[in-house]
Amino acid sequence: MNQLDFPILSLMMGLPMLAAIICLFLNAQAARLLALATTLALFVLGVVLWINYDIGGPQWQYVERAELFGNFAWALGIDGISMMLIMLTVFLMPICIGASWEAIQERVGEYMSAFLFMEVLMIGVFAAQDLFLFYILFEAGLIPMYLIIGIWGGANRIYASYKFFLYTLLGSVVMLIAMLWMVQEAGTSDIPTLLNYDFDPAAQTWLWLAFFASFAVKMPMWPVHTWLPDAHVQAPTAGSVILAGVLLKMGGYGFLRFSIPMFPEASEQFIWLIFVLSMVAVVYTSLVALVQQDMKKLIAYSSVAHMAIVTLGLFAFNRQGIEGAIIVMLSHGLVSGALFLCVGVIYDRLHTREISRYGGLSINMPKYALLFMLFTMASVGLPGTSGFVGEFLSLVGLYKVNSWVTLVATTGIILGAGYMLYLYRRVAFGELVHEDVKAMPDLSKREMALLAPIAAAVMWMGVYPESFLAPIRGDVGTLVARIDRAAPEGDAHLKMGSAEAVTEQKLSSADGESH
Amino acid sequence: MSIQLIVFLPLLAAIVAGFGNRIIGNVPAKLVTTGALFISCALSWPIFLSFVSGNAVEQVVPVLTWVQSGDLDFSWALRVDTLTAVMLVVVTTVSALVHLYSWGYMDEDPDQPRFFAYLSLFTFAMLMLVTADNLVQMFFGWEGVGLASYLLIGFWFKKPTANAAAIKAFVVNRVGDLGFMLGIFGTFLVFGTVSIPEILEAAPGMAGSTITFAGMRWDTMTILCLLLFIGAMGKSAQLGLHTWLPDAMEGPTPVSALIHAATMVTAGVFMVCRLSPMFETSEVALAVVTIVGACTAIFAATVGLVQNDIKRVIAYSTCSQLGYMFFAAGVGAYGPAMFHLFTHAFFKALLFLGAGSVIHAMHHEQDMRYYGGLRKQIPLTFWAMMAGTLAITGVGILGVFGFAGFYSKDMIIESAFASGTATGQFAFFIGVLAALLTSFYSWRLMFLTFWGTPRWIQSEHIQHSVHKTPEEAGEDQTGGYHPHESPPSMLIPLGLLSIGAVFAGFLYYYPFTGAVEGAAFWGDSIAFNVGLMEAAREVPLWVKLASTVAMLTGLGVAFLMYFRGQDRPARLAATFEPLYKFFFNKWYFDELYDLIFVRPAFWFGWIFWKRGDEGTIDRFGPNGVAGLVATGSGVAKRFQSGFLYTYALVMLLGLAAAATWIIVRGAGA
Repeated sequence: MNQLDFPILSLMMGLPMLAAIICLFLNAQAARLLALATTLALFVLGVVLWINYDIGGPQWQYVERAELFGNFAWALGIDGISMMLIMLTVFLMPICIGASWEAIQERVGEYMSAFLFMEVLMIGVFAAQDLFLFYILFEAGLIPMYLIIGIWGGANRIYASYKFFLYTLLGSVVMLIAMLWMVQEAGTSDIPTLLNYDFDPAAQTWLWLAFFASFAVKMPMWPVHTWLPDAHVQAPTAGSVILAGVLLKMGGYGFLRFSIPMFPEASEQFIWLIFVLSMVAVVYTSLVALVQQDMKKLIAYSSVAHMAIVTLGLFAFNRQGIEGAIIVMLSHGLVSGALFLCVGVIYDRLHTREISRYGGLSINMPKYALLFMLFTMASVGLPGTSGFVGEFLSLVGLYKVNSWVTLVATTGIILGAGYMLYLYRRVAFGELVHEDVKAMPDLSKREMALLAPIAAAVMWMGVYPESFLAPIRGDVGTLVARIDRAAPEGDAHLKMGSAEAVTEQKLSSADGESH
Repeated sequence: MSIQLIVFLPLLAAIVAGFGNRIIGNVPAKLVTTGALFISCALSWPIFLSFVSGNAVEQVVPVLTWVQSGDLDFSWALRVDTLTAVMLVVVTTVSALVHLYSWGYMDEDPDQPRFFAYLSLFTFAMLMLVTADNLVQMFFGWEGVGLASYLLIGFWFKKPTANAAAIKAFVVNRVGDLGFMLGIFGTFLVFGTVSIPEILEAAPGMAGSTITFAGMRWDTMTILCLLLFIGAMGKSAQLGLHTWLPDAMEGPTPVSALIHAATMVTAGVFMVCRLSPMFETSEVALAVVTIVGACTAIFAATVGLVQNDIKRVIAYSTCSQLGYMFFAAGVGAYGPAMFHLFTHAFFKALLFLGAGSVIHAMHHEQDMRYYGGLRKQIPLTFWAMMAGTLAITGVGILGVFGFAGFYSKDMIIESAFASGTATGQFAFFIGVLAALLTSFYSWRLMFLTFWGTPRWIQSEHIQHSVHKTPEEAGEDQTGGYHPHESPPSMLIPLGLLSIGAVFAGFLYYYPFTGAVEGAAFWGDSIAFNVGLMEAAREVPLWVKLASTVAMLTGLGVAFLMYFRGQDRPARLAATFEPLYKFFFNKWYFDELYDLIFVRPAFWFGWIFWKRGDEGTIDRFGPNGVAGLVATGSGVAKRFQSGFLYTYALVMLLGLAAAATWIIVRGAGA
């Protein structure tokens, strides 16, 4: 069956499902404890998954399959990419529960239940091997997030949850239709089979656009990003963490798992669209982030800019670009999650996200200031942190395809430094002017326990990313080999000057190893 | 083993001092960092001396895999060759002395462990930069020193000006880093590697090839070198990207000495020298390096003439001297460029630390207009500053003895002349003119600070100290204030650096720049040009004397204006008021950049947000849909009373049911 001889992926979905149901009937403290215990247990299972993952082994591991009805199957299995995203999920989940420990006091059982249910869906999305199973889990992810914003959110939560819902649902309807057509055409809903099915290029165009409608919103790409700032602002801290940390990765995962390998010709055909939207996103949302007065909005806008690097890397069609994009997804999951936690820490103390209400926190909250600085630097992509590795690889890959786009996208490192340091300065530097800010205590042990593991992971990924690159190497290789036939030619057109070698060296964007 | 200790001890010390100071206390935290740096320094000199004596071999010590992504593969590694060895002694020596100096200078600061931790962290990053074996590790060090610089400029984070300067330094450097990154991308595209030795080996083969960048056709090596050079311009504060350096003086003075004079700002020069075989393949790139360097040398010198803040004068002087190093590299004189980097590190650190000692004595006053007559009060500081001034202005007698700058700066000027190219000639004349200005502003600083009558009471800092107003003080402009000489922890570094400023040039002139000795010393670590070094020694006598004449002229004018006639500067400033204002306001670069970059960025951000996101996307998107729903059927009310949750569930279950139905039917059919 698989290397562990028991259905670990089903267990990882069943366990939180069970806990989610039990939570509904527990009192507040019991629900908290159960949720924490469950998410920690899942983290342990995630580690088991990682340790036993056979790098260089079969593409799909931990495979399990149960036929349900028709050709709809409970089919699970993961490759390295899925595994890293599942790791991200199970790593962030206990932190989310911890972040809600004191902040959530109403309807705690339901809240914990919603989070656990969300975990079921997120693991399922990354593990699903059946197209419809994927679809149901992918779309159902809306519900708990929607409830989390709508019930435990801020003052304007209804508008935010409505906007969130409207955006994400609209895209999903067309994707469903496209999936139905695909299943009819290919005769199967099995994802590994579909990954190697060559659809007619003319049909690919429409299928690609249908999937794009859904993934672009989830990503989110400009101009369908406006739900994100509102959703973040209204969501409770843990909701923001999971939204930025994992839900945003579903769009990128969708492109990676479906759009690019299943429709390579169409992906190539629409490169210009991805490039244009992503370039606009980098510059536009970075500038918008610069003028924000609400901390969460600022970080939300910065997320849009970072996600644009992901799409650019993915659509570079080469190994560096795609590996970089995956590392950006993982890194952004950690860093933006941590930044939202940082906002939550001071929000819990002062109950405002307005940047100008703070200032001088380095004086009375030095530990906080240090960690906030670390995550700020990771966000601006300082080498040695996770942010750099992904950004660098994505842009290296992108440069092979188009130097203009790379030039524009790389301005993100200037603008990113601008808005993040400007934020940091207003929050942590300067004099302590407000009395209530002066009275804020430094990080508690609980808060330290939430942020320190993320800090460690961010440094680990920055200094020794090999741990994270090794599991995905084979899968990216498979993907690059699959899409090589559609890979665009680079715009460099290097031409040798010396007389004996006037042959134009065609720089295929796919690198040597994939051939 | 020693190279690992040299590099990682400062990191370890920074971690211990930064995180552990609450446990171990302030003094141990300072001891750990200072001790680590002195050990690093003690281990560095033998390496350097072994290269001088020719007994050393290049080595690359692998540390850890970093990134492997297809054919892009780079690791953490420590490279030691001649060029690295020179940088090792410069960095660890100045850093160790600055650590020691900070014991005295930062004595009253409540936050000392943090300061020392930052200093050691900086040193670690700088050492990673100079030991890099691939471009990405160099970039790691590059950004690492940028971070440390940011943290140290903003060390007094309660001061708004310090915070603004810190952000400016980081962001302006990032503009340069944009070029550096694109340069790395391009290099990888062309050579398929980021390993420096491999790139340098393959570079000559790419000469003459062409490539498209940003829609235009370029000579491959030219565009790569220019992109990388943009990075060097940012870090080394060259004209256009220099605006952060003077503002960086907001940081504590030891920081200015270490980071913004002796080490970090020279990283750009180091980069060009490290990649010199690559730059040698593009005449255009070298010409650009020469012109940018020369223009910076003269630009910064003109601004330095009229500044009143003692640290800003030295900051512009640094900027100007970096210009010398760049045009030396541009004309192919990499040996003299590195030589000037080496000597400059000693005398410029000395000048900054000396200025710090003056500021310390003058109760934190930095305005030279309120100094005067300090020669008698703080004699040791005076003599240290004197050594630094003699070194930077290049005092010496041909063939006998000279202070450090006499050898290194004159060698640059002579090399520029000997290069024979048009840009080289341009650089030569600029270099001589800038030497005159250098001499003028350096002596102006000395005369204003140490000679003349005291003007101390006009300083607010002094007024606070003695509790008197200028009126109460009357004729006696000292106000009864007694400047005190600095403690030994500050004077010892001054003394040691003075030795460097006096003898560094004399001792290492031949290893660094001699035609035969230089070639042996440098080996393959830079593209050492033997022919140019020979030619530079055979230039006409007037060329050799030109810089000495310029130096004497500058001294003479400064003497007449600031020693003899005290009102002459004011009269001159009034006569040439537009020019004076132009120089005084630093050629209006800050105002210009504010107008064309900073304000538009905020303006566009605001427009995109209010008009774009809210005014267009939301208005016609979700809000438009909501409006339709509301006017059409009035369900929006029920939406908002919590119906939407049910709606969501129903919608999804419906979709799931529809999907299932279709599938089941499909399977049955």
